[in-house]
Amino acid sequence: MSYSVKVLDHYENPRNVGSFGKEEEGVATGMVGAPACGDVMKLQIKVGKGGVIEDAKFKTYGCGSAIASSSLVTEWVKGKTIDQALTIKNTQIAEELALPPVKIHCSILAEDAIKAAVADYKKKHSDSVVV
Amino acid sequence: MLNLPIYLDYSATTPVDPRVAEKMIPFLVEKFGNPASRSHSFGWETEAAVEEAREEVAKLVNADPKEIVWTSGATESNNLAIKGAAQFYAGKGKHLITVKTEHKAVLDTCRELERQGFDVSYLDVGDDGLLDLETFKAALRPDTILVSTMFVNNEIGVIQPIAEIGEICRGKGIVFHVDAAQATGKVAIDLATLKVDLMSFSAHKTYGPKGIGALYVRRKPRVRLNAQMHGGGHERGFRSGTLATHQIVGMGEAFRLARLEMGAENERIRRLRDRLLAGLSDIEQVYVNGDMTRRVPHNLNISFAYVEGESLLMAIKDLAVSSGSACTSASLEPSYVLRALGREDELAHSSIRFTIGRFTTEEQIDYAIKLLHDKIGRLRELSPLWEMVQDGVDLGTVQWAAH
Amino acid sequence: MFAPVYFDHNATTPIDPAVVDAMLPYLSAHFGNASSRHEYGRAARRAIDEARGRVAAALGAHASEVVFTSGGSEANNLLLKGAAARSRPGLLAVSAIEHPCVLKPAEQLAGTGWTLRTLPVDADGRVDVARFEAVLAQRPKIVSVMWANNETGVQQDIEALAAMAARAGACFHTDAVQAVGKLPVDFRRLNTAGVQAMTVSAHKIGGPKGAGALLLDKRLDVAPLIAGGGHERGLRSGTENVAAIVGFGVACELAAARREEHARTTLALRRRLEDGLRGLGATLFGQRAERLPNTAFFAFPGIDGETLVGQLDRAGYAVASGAACSSSNPEPSHVLRAMGVAPDLARGALRVSLGGGNTAADVDGFLDSLRVTLARLHGLTAMAR
Repeated sequence: MSYSVKVLDHYENPRNVGSFGKEEEGVATGMVGAPACGDVMKLQIKVGKGGVIEDAKFKTYGCGSAIASSSLVTEWVKGKTIDQALTIKNTQIAEELALPPVKIHCSILAEDAIKAAVADYKKKHSDSVVV
Repeated sequence: MLNLPIYLDYSATTPVDPRVAEKMIPFLVEKFGNPASRSHSFGWETEAAVEEAREEVAKLVNADPKEIVWTSGATESNNLAIKGAAQFYAGKGKHLITVKTEHKAVLDTCRELERQGFDVSYLDVGDDGLLDLETFKAALRPDTILVSTMFVNNEIGVIQPIAEIGEICRGKGIVFHVDAAQATGKVAIDLATLKVDLMSFSAHKTYGPKGIGALYVRRKPRVRLNAQMHGGGHERGFRSGTLATHQIVGMGEAFRLARLEMGAENERIRRLRDRLLAGLSDIEQVYVNGDMTRRVPHNLNISFAYVEGESLLMAIKDLAVSSGSACTSASLEPSYVLRALGREDELAHSSIRFTIGRFTTEEQIDYAIKLLHDKIGRLRELSPLWEMVQDGVDLGTVQWAAH
Repeated sequence: MFAPVYFDHNATTPIDPAVVDAMLPYLSAHFGNASSRHEYGRAARRAIDEARGRVAAALGAHASEVVFTSGGSEANNLLLKGAAARSRPGLLAVSAIEHPCVLKPAEQLAGTGWTLRTLPVDADGRVDVARFEAVLAQRPKIVSVMWANNETGVQQDIEALAAMAARAGACFHTDAVQAVGKLPVDFRRLNTAGVQAMTVSAHKIGGPKGAGALLLDKRLDVAPLIAGGGHERGLRSGTENVAAIVGFGVACELAAARREEHARTTLALRRRLEDGLRGLGATLFGQRAERLPNTAFFAFPGIDGETLVGQLDRAGYAVASGAACSSSNPEPSHVLRAMGVAPDLARGALRVSLGGGNTAADVDGFLDSLRVTLARLHGLTAMAR
C-alpha cells in the first residue's frame, strides 16, 4: 500500500492528539467504528460561545488513513460553528488526503465522527438551544 | 550501520544463499542444454546436474532420489499431491481431511475438489495452533482416502504431530500428504521412519531460488497419482515440462547446505528469537500466538493489543515483517490462521509475524526491540481503546457503533 | 578442449548475457516475495509488472493479457484444461503435429467426456484446410493449432485458421513457442483475427528455463490449473518466479528487436546447409511449406538417426533426433508420421535448428563431418549386407 504525502504527514505528525478533561465546559465526544472492523475514532470538540468549535482533539485506533482522516478533521472543525462542521463531507477528506478507493471508508468514518460529536453536543445542550 | 529495512520475513521467502547462486550461475551461462535432449553432450551435462540435485533433495529428508518429482514450487506440489491422489483413489472413497490453518495452496485445492464432488473436513486446531489427535481420529470415516496437514505452520511456526497422524493413516490405508514448505532446514525430516506418503517442498523458503519445488512420492508402499500437467512425459510422467536446470541445481545446493548446517543454524536462530521475545515481553498486553514449545525456532508471532495492525506495520516500516501470511496480506481480512486459534479479530489485526533466518544478526534484533518499544508506545498514545482500558473500561461491554 | 557447435536451438537456447545480468539482482539484493507488502516485496512486484509490460509490448499484447506460468507446457495445459473446465464437454480439435503438451492434455480431456478430433496435415506438414473445415462444421468448442512446428519448422497460416475457427464459434488457441523470435508476432492482430489464447516460452528465445506465459483474451473464461493464493488474477497461484520472469521480459524485448536480423542470418545458413544436405542425398521434410528460417529437418534413407546423432556429437555437433522432449522415445516422430513419411525413413530423422551464435564455418564443418560419418555408416551397412 502506498500512502500519499499528506497521509504520511498526518500519520507521522498527527495534529491535536489527546483528550479533554471529562468535566470541561462545552466538551462533546463522538466515538465511531468498532475494534472488530479495525477502526475506532474518538473525536472531541470543545464548543464555545455562539456554537463555535474552539478546540478539537482525537484518538484513533486504525490504519494510517484513519489516523490521517481524523487528524485532518480536528484541523478543519476548529473555528467552525457546529452547523458548519456538519457540512464537511467525506469526499472532501478523501480528496484532500488522496485516499485510494479501499480507504474511502476512513473518510466516511471521520465524517461520522464529526456528526457523532455534534450530536453529543446537541444532546447535552438541548435545553440551551435557542429556537 | 544497519541497512534498513531489516528483513525479518524469512517465512515469506529467503534470499538465495550466495553459495547457491554461485552453483546456479554456470547453468545460466554456459551449461544451458535442455536436460531432455538425449542426443548431445549439452543435454547430458544438464541431466547429470539435475540428478545430482535430486539426490541432495532426497538426502535432506532421507528418501530415495527416485521418490522426488520436480515441480515449479510447493503450491504446484500441493495441487499435484492432493488432486492427483484424490482423483486416483476416488474409486475407494470421496472423503478428505485437512486443517483450517493450512496454506491457501491446500485449502483452495480442497475447495476445488469439493466442487468436483469430494467431501472435505476442515479440522479445528486448539488455541495453541496444534491439531488434537482425538479430534483427528474422530473425523476419520470409512471413505476417507486422503489426509493433508502441514508440517510447520507458515504464520505461527507450530509443528503438527506428523509422526502420530502418519501412524494412524498408515494403519487405515489412507494416503497422507504433508506440506513441508516451511519445515525443510528447520526440523529434521526422516521419511524412512515417518509414515508420510506425499510431501511438498519449496526451494525459496530454504535459501534456494523461486520457481522450483518438489513432491516426494513414496515408492514403498507405492502411492499413485494422476498427473496434473501432461506433455513430454518428464519426471516419469508425474509432471511434464522442460526442467529449469539452474533452479533445480539451486534447490539441490540449498538443501545440501540445509542438511549440513541446520543443527548449528537453528541454535543460533533460537537464541535470536528468544532475545527478541525477551526484549518485547516488558511491553504491556502482548500475546504470543501459537504454542511456544512445539514450534520452529525461527518464528515469533505476536499480537500487540489496542494498536491496529496496518498502522503498526506503517510505524515499523524499518522492519520488513508480515501481518498475516504473505499471500493474503494484500487483503484487509484478519488472518484466518489466528482466527482459527480463537483470537479475537482485534488481536488478529494487530499481530506481527517475525521470522528470523540465516542472515539475521543480534544487532538487527536489538534495533527491532527498541523500535517496537517506541512505536507501540506512540500508537497506544493515539489509541482510544488503550485509553479506555487504562481508565478501567471493559471493552467487551461497550456498544460499538458498527458501520 | 574444443567447444561443440550447438545446433539445437529449438530444444533450448543459450541465455543472453543481458538477460542473466537482469536476473541476478533478483537472486540476491531484490529477493522479496512479490506478495509481501514491505519494500522487499514491492520491489519484486514492480519487477514483475515491468516484465509483464515488456512481454506484452514485444508480443503486441496488453499487459493484463499476460498470465505468467512455469513454461510453455504449463501454459498449454492451463488453456486446454482450463477452458474445458469452464464449458460443458463437447468437441475438441487439435492438429496431429502438436507438441505432446497439447496432445496429451487433449487425450486426457477425451477421457472426461470430451470428443477429440485430430486435424490431419498434408505431406508438407500443413493443416489440411478442407478437413479442418469439415471438423469446424461439427462445431468444436476448443481448437488448438501450433503456429510453427518444433520439429519441421513448418508454419501454419494461423490468422486464416483462427478466422475460420472464430466464424464457427470455437475458442482458438495457438502454441507459439517456436514462432516467437523467429516470426513477427502481434497478439492484437491475431486476436482480431480470432486467436483467443497463445502460448509462449522464455527458454526458446534466449531467456531462462522456468518461465512462460499464456496470452489470454480476457473474455475467455479459464479455470486455473494450480490453485492457492490467487496469483496471476487467480489463473495461476504460487509465489512468482521473479528472476525468471524478469529474464523473460528482457529476452522478449531482445528477441523482438533482433528478429529480422536473426531470421536473415539463420535463413542464409539454412540455405547453405540444405544445399549441402541435398548434395549428400538427404530427404528434406516440409520443403514446400513456409518454414521457420532456422529449422532444417531431414533424413538419409537407410541410416539410423540415433547412431548418426551419436557420431555427430562425438564430432562436436549437437543436433536433435526427433523432438527434444520425446527423444528418449525410439518411436518415429509423430509429426513425420502425420505427414505420411515412411517409418523407416522417419526413424533416421535429424533436426538442425540454428541460432544467433552459429556461423557459415560451423555449417561447412558440420557438412564435412556428416559426409565422413555417412561414408563410414554406409560402409558398415554395406558390410552388414
